[in-house]
Amino acid sequence: MSTVPQMPKCWKVESKPHKFCPGCGHGLVLKALGEAIDELGIQEKAVFGADIGCSLLAWDFFDIDTVQTHHGRTTPVVTGVKRANPDTICIAYMGDGGGYAIGSQHLVNAAARNERITVILANNCNYAMTGGQMAPTTLPGMKTETSPYGRDVNEAGYPTQGPEMVAAITREGAYVARGTVSNLKQLKGYFKKALQNQMDGNGFSFVEALSTCPTNWRTNAKDTWAFLEKEMTQYFKVGEIKNPAAKEGESGE
Amino acid sequence: MTEKPIQEEKRAFLTGNEVVAWAALAAKADIMYGYPITPQNEIMHYWTRMAPKFGKRFLQTEDELSAGFTTLGGVLAGRKAFTATAGPGNTLMQEPMSMAEMMRIPSVVVVQQRGGPSTATVIYSQQEVTMTTFGGNGEGFRIVYSPSNHQELFDYTIKAFNTAWKYRFPTFVLGDGYQAKLRESLTLYDPEARGIELIEPEPFLGTEPVNGTKSYTNMRNTYNTEDELYDIIVRYGEEYKNIAPEVIEFQEFDCEDADVVIVSHGVVSRAAKGAVQELRSQGLKAGYFRPVTLRPFPADQLRAIADKTKTLLLVESSYGQMSKLVKEAIFGSTVALEYLLKPGVGVTSEELVAKVKQMI
Repeated sequence: MSTVPQMPKCWKVESKPHKFCPGCGHGLVLKALGEAIDELGIQEKAVFGADIGCSLLAWDFFDIDTVQTHHGRTTPVVTGVKRANPDTICIAYMGDGGGYAIGSQHLVNAAARNERITVILANNCNYAMTGGQMAPTTLPGMKTETSPYGRDVNEAGYPTQGPEMVAAITREGAYVARGTVSNLKQLKGYFKKALQNQMDGNGFSFVEALSTCPTNWRTNAKDTWAFLEKEMTQYFKVGEIKNPAAKEGESGE
Repeated sequence: MTEKPIQEEKRAFLTGNEVVAWAALAAKADIMYGYPITPQNEIMHYWTRMAPKFGKRFLQTEDELSAGFTTLGGVLAGRKAFTATAGPGNTLMQEPMSMAEMMRIPSVVVVQQRGGPSTATVIYSQQEVTMTTFGGNGEGFRIVYSPSNHQELFDYTIKAFNTAWKYRFPTFVLGDGYQAKLRESLTLYDPEARGIELIEPEPFLGTEPVNGTKSYTNMRNTYNTEDELYDIIVRYGEEYKNIAPEVIEFQEFDCEDADVVIVSHGVVSRAAKGAVQELRSQGLKAGYFRPVTLRPFPADQLRAIADKTKTLLLVESSYGQMSKLVKEAIFGSTVALEYLLKPGVGVTSEELVAKVKQMI
């Protein structure tokens, strides 16, 4: 029996084991993404942009041309790559802070312009790299370092519904979905459709992946999984929101 | 193959912003990313009209952060990309340019300075010197050209692309609102027809496989330890110091026996030139020194003059931003310093003549 774990072909073996915390969802998101890239056979044409936050640790995760950017600025960097070389398949990878707070203007405008790029956003309800502050996606009542008594929706509003927002501002051709690391087969399917949508030149594609952060949630394995599956999904509904292919009779997963 | 934008040399009477667009075409820029801000808008206006005829592209972004970062994306994809901005837009531009500085991504930014701080005026200033030379959370490993007329705006915009791609330090053409909007005569030319070799860009990302094997590039700007960062910045500093002598440009005349040397840059140096000529015609010993590169600064050259003359008169349309560069350059000199500082306002030859006469 082999002792080498099964890894996607496009994973960079030398940088494994990866640097994410035990129990972190990023590794799972990137496994689903790696498998999607393998199955589509696009490793050589892909350009991967890693945001700042925990996502920055993905800068040498893949044997894929990769650029680590600034906090929130991955969407414009890969937009610039795609506009200059439309033959590339561009992926912007970020967290909820990068996508929905500091880089929200880029996400909104890239979506509105229907940029032919794929944005993948890991949502773990907090700013994890900086030590667990409140994020746009922090759940009501959830305790973080900057909401120590729980997120007060009167003060801080409700969690950002990212895919719903992107779906509302995109028109024909966009692909929008929310998956979860608790269903990797489905998540991989969403990634494949998002990337295929870019390759077909249809338009913007966006997948939010519900992810885990036991370090900052201060949860054990059981509670981590319970928070992901029971708490987060109350606010963040998993499923496809927009799928151009569905119009032609294909059903969403 | 589309035709060259400039077939043969011709005289033209253009605004500075139009000149920049022509220069970018002549330098074989592939794509411009930009966001509207006065007084640089017409660079985009002319680019968007002319570029499609030559197979070039444009993207209007959501802000200058995006304009800067998309520009870097375009460069990473192997294209000659550039952007242009001013004032508060230049403030936002510092973030992407700090990434360019760290990752050694060739980049060209044309700045048409307007009044500051804040929104201030849309008209003219020289108040973006400090920000353009040393902006961002870095060490100022940049190259900044300060042109003074439309011919130079054309020449140095073309040159900026070669400089950026040769040395891989972010390169700025620091114009101003007067130069942007003024209409002036110049000669447009195809640099290759004049024997100027244009450096071809190469992709950092999205490279083609070689002999069937693709080698993958992972680029980062975040480091794990202080020592890792230290080694990189020290190396960059050494490289910057080594290239400085071949990058530095300046102009001087009548400094040899001068009692007063007027030091100015950009459009203000035109007033200084006129003033020195007038003062000399009246028998007064005035000299002229102008840094063309504000970064790296012609420090040794100015120091040599400071050691010979009695007084340096520092003149600029800011409250002393060029003066700071001068003082650092001549550190240790005992030359007297006089100032004519007019933040956000132009300077005339007449007032310089009057000022020097008052001093002598």
